[in-house]
Amino acid sequence: MKRIKLALFSLLLALTVPGFALAAGGGGAPIVLVADTRKLDGIMAWWANLYNESHLYFTILTVVLIPTIGVCFGIIADIIMHWIGLDLKSRDLAEH
Amino acid sequence: MDWLYILMPIAGVKIFWPGLVILGVGVGIIGGFFGMGGAWMVTPGLNILGFPMAFAIGTDIAHMAGKSLISTLRHGKFGNVDYKLGVIMIVGTVGGFEVGAQMVMWLERMGSVEAVVRYIYLALLFLIAWMVFHDVNKRRQKEKAARAAGKEVDALATGIEWHKTLHKIKIPPMVNLEVAGIYCSAWLPIGVSFFTGWLAGILGIGGGLIRMPALIYLLGCPTHVAVGTDLFEVMISGLYGAASYTYKGRTELVAAIIMLCGASLGAQVGCVATKYIKGYGIRIAFGLAVVGCAVSIAMKLLGANVKELRVAMDVGSTWLVLGLVSGLSLYIFIKMVQGAKAELAAKKTA
Repeated sequence: MKRIKLALFSLLLALTVPGFALAAGGGGAPIVLVADTRKLDGIMAWWANLYNESHLYFTILTVVLIPTIGVCFGIIADIIMHWIGLDLKSRDLAEH
Repeated sequence: MDWLYILMPIAGVKIFWPGLVILGVGVGIIGGFFGMGGAWMVTPGLNILGFPMAFAIGTDIAHMAGKSLISTLRHGKFGNVDYKLGVIMIVGTVGGFEVGAQMVMWLERMGSVEAVVRYIYLALLFLIAWMVFHDVNKRRQKEKAARAAGKEVDALATGIEWHKTLHKIKIPPMVNLEVAGIYCSAWLPIGVSFFTGWLAGILGIGGGLIRMPALIYLLGCPTHVAVGTDLFEVMISGLYGAASYTYKGRTELVAAIIMLCGASLGAQVGCVATKYIKGYGIRIAFGLAVVGCAVSIAMKLLGANVKELRVAMDVGSTWLVLGLVSGLSLYIFIKMVQGAKAELAAKKTA
């Protein structure tokens, strides 16, 4: 009985916000599809130009860069934590 | 103080870059700890910092892919990732996500997509929160009953045990998921992932918020394995999402890289903290995060509906999300440092 009451209460909480849902859309800011490269130089200008020239090349660059940076940071953190002396290969099973 | 702002070349907006680092560290810790991407925290956060919403979503997904990769590697070393389960679940997740996305298109044609999505989102968050706290409560009752009988409750016992009923389904092929310690019909993880993928597709989120509790309560994964395996799924879906959003021209790579610098450090802290905080500690903190998320959405919706409350609700919900992220990150960080200190001290005395 207590469980049913709790479930009903949770459901009621969700339903006591009628009409709010309609307002959830938001205005949305204007989307820039062409990057303004006039104020940029160096690598930033190269990036922006690549974006303007081909979204495909920009996508390939992103998909390669993100995991590479992730792995580099992961390795650095591994080295630091190993140097501190933490055991990073085992854990105790605390619960099922 | 101009040096604190950086011009984003694609979006064309000047952004307070330390804010990006702080947001990255926070979501890295929480994501690594709970096994989720954390879009519910980052997307509004980036929007508050000044990104147009479409760029906020794209940038969040791009950084999420990198951060989840680091977290998955770390959890993998702890033995927290069931790769076999993760691969099986991808089948259901992709199928479910596609069905969900098609349903959104259908609802859009009917003109009711906004209302349906918001109601499902709120109902789902309350349901997850109820499930988590009900589980914690049941586990306490078991402990109480065991103490009264002069016994001790099994350390591996859980409160809710729905998975035991679901494991009785014996439709072949049966699979043995060694890391998770589960022997069940392959249709169970496929069905669960299809359901969670469908919900994620309808709600337009990565799905970690739903998949993590589903792995625990429906499949019976230990909390740590649920966290690690979910991160493996987030990593794959994050990479696909990053490619998709970038191809559509909605990713600010500079911001994603700045955030990734903070998130990669935070993710390591969050992952290592799972070593020192017990499974039920993770579940309780997760439940609190879900409640905070639901309340902030309700506040936003209330503000949008009642003009007099708009400013107060907007400010309130922003502070709630930021406070929640800061509070949880701080809690996890302190617990990690305490645990690491104790481990080092034990090593010295040994």
